[in-house]
Amino acid sequence: MFKKKTAEDIIVDLVVYISLIFVGIVTLYPFLNVLAISFNDALDTVRGGIYIWPRKWTLKNYEIIVSNPQIYNAALVSVARTVLGTVLGIICTMFVAYPLSRKDFVLRRPFSAIMVLTMYFGAGLIPTYLLYRSLGLLNTFWVYIVPALLGMFNVVVVRSYIESLPSSLIESAKIDGASEFRILWQIIFPLTLPAVATIALFIGVGHWNSWFDVYIFNSQRPDLSTLQYELQKILASVSMQVGRNPDYQMGAMAETQQVTPNSVRASMTIVATAPIIMVYPFLQRYFVKGLTLGSVKGE
Amino acid sequence: MDAVYYTESKKTFWQKVKEQKELVLMIFPFVLYVILFHYVPLWWWVIAFKEYRPFQGVWGSEWVGLQQFKDLFSDSGFWLAMRNTIVISFLKLVTSFAAAILLALMLNEVKNMLFKRTIQTISYLPHFVSWVVAASIVISVLSPESGILNQILMSLKIIKQPIVWMGEGHYFWWILALSNVWKETGWNAIVYLAAMTSIDPELYDAASVDGCGRLQKIRYVTLPGIAPTISMLLILNVGWLLNAGFEQVLLLRNPLVQDYSQILDTYVLDYGITMYRYSYATAAGMFKSVVSILLVLFANKVAAKLNASTVV
Repeated sequence: MFKKKTAEDIIVDLVVYISLIFVGIVTLYPFLNVLAISFNDALDTVRGGIYIWPRKWTLKNYEIIVSNPQIYNAALVSVARTVLGTVLGIICTMFVAYPLSRKDFVLRRPFSAIMVLTMYFGAGLIPTYLLYRSLGLLNTFWVYIVPALLGMFNVVVVRSYIESLPSSLIESAKIDGASEFRILWQIIFPLTLPAVATIALFIGVGHWNSWFDVYIFNSQRPDLSTLQYELQKILASVSMQVGRNPDYQMGAMAETQQVTPNSVRASMTIVATAPIIMVYPFLQRYFVKGLTLGSVKGE
Repeated sequence: MDAVYYTESKKTFWQKVKEQKELVLMIFPFVLYVILFHYVPLWWWVIAFKEYRPFQGVWGSEWVGLQQFKDLFSDSGFWLAMRNTIVISFLKLVTSFAAAILLALMLNEVKNMLFKRTIQTISYLPHFVSWVVAASIVISVLSPESGILNQILMSLKIIKQPIVWMGEGHYFWWILALSNVWKETGWNAIVYLAAMTSIDPELYDAASVDGCGRLQKIRYVTLPGIAPTISMLLILNVGWLLNAGFEQVLLLRNPLVQDYSQILDTYVLDYGITMYRYSYATAAGMFKSVVSILLVLFANKVAAKLNASTVV
């Protein structure tokens, strides 16, 4: 069918393309601006007018971060919790999602109910805090890992994905005498990779981005601080000064240090974001597929 | 196959459990885990009816009945937090729905796949950064001296003086709503785009034959096509009505907007963790949880009535 474009078509296209370009700019610009500020001389930034390109190049803002042993340590903790948390998270999710995906599993209904119900209620902050305290999780590295082992949403995504695989796969493996553990890891797991990649992204990003658990449970332990929490501390000191002409004040302290909190915050923001931006393109092609397949079937 | 089912149906429950012991073994530790981490904390609700002192322990602490709740409901700060919670989550609900639907509709009209992918990829990006990073960006964009927003408004001569955006309560509510739109719209649009791909293309052809233009097709085919998704998500979101976005508020709030930024979650945090009033804060948290559960049940009832898929 070959059709001439009507006036309406042209107007709609024009509005749509211009609006979407606007959306793209508004979404991306703040990141580019922070990037430019992070590479710009701190005292020069105070004058304003930095958009997406630095005016006076410098690595000074990053040197401050790298030379700070606390932040260096925080980066290590962030990486450790992300890697360990993601690997353990995937393993645990598979162990739960696979039995729940089996329609012939006798305990499927009660176990599903116990698990899924947790998506809809929470005891609240204080009871959670008291539980972690009585489990001895406070002020340990494990408070990052143990409570986050299982995300019910991830279980639902993987379970739905496994359910979409032909059940004859499992039956024939059983006839061949494979154990359930073997079926899970040698047959189901490789076929579930798109869903696994999706939840790996979710779990990994969750760990990398998390700061609240540090703030609440581990703030007494500077050695267990994470990058996001260090950024939060800088942020808290900046937002306390709102309305008190922060840039001006910082200008005074900058004379001695050659940096301003604003510039350090910018470079810290970039450091806290960079790994996500680097991993994201590789996993992105999976998540829409993994997610829509999973959620549509799950309903 | 029939024969297999026949023999299986004769087995007792325990025989089946025994037969599937590997599956049971696999999942059972996690059932215990979930009970420990999600159900056991409910037990601590008991301290909402006590005056909990850590050194006396839960049982050693004195019972005070409903005193904590009486104090809570007579505290004007609690009702302020309640007002802010509802206003903020309502603002966020309306803006995020409108923005996501609009973005999905626009993306759906784009025929150039490269352009569509590029915009989508950019639009998801903020979803994957933490609220700490997002808050840092928001503060930077709104900064009175070097923030881009003030610079643009001043160069367009709309304002003469830079505005201290983060210093005014009413602005603060909109900053929360709009920064949430900035961060989540691309991500939220995915589900509508998925719903749009399942609309039968013949409907569009039929609409063309009937003489519908582009806008009429959106109005009469696309929107009705995603209407079930919209209504289901709206209903589900009712359960989140008391969640105004803990991290976002915690990171963006400052002393100047205290009366507009205190939400139920920050109220619990301030009283419980910062002032060690465990019992009082637990009462506040319990109130929030119970109301949330009631809202979810209500939403679920409505969803069932509307024949949408139920959740619980």
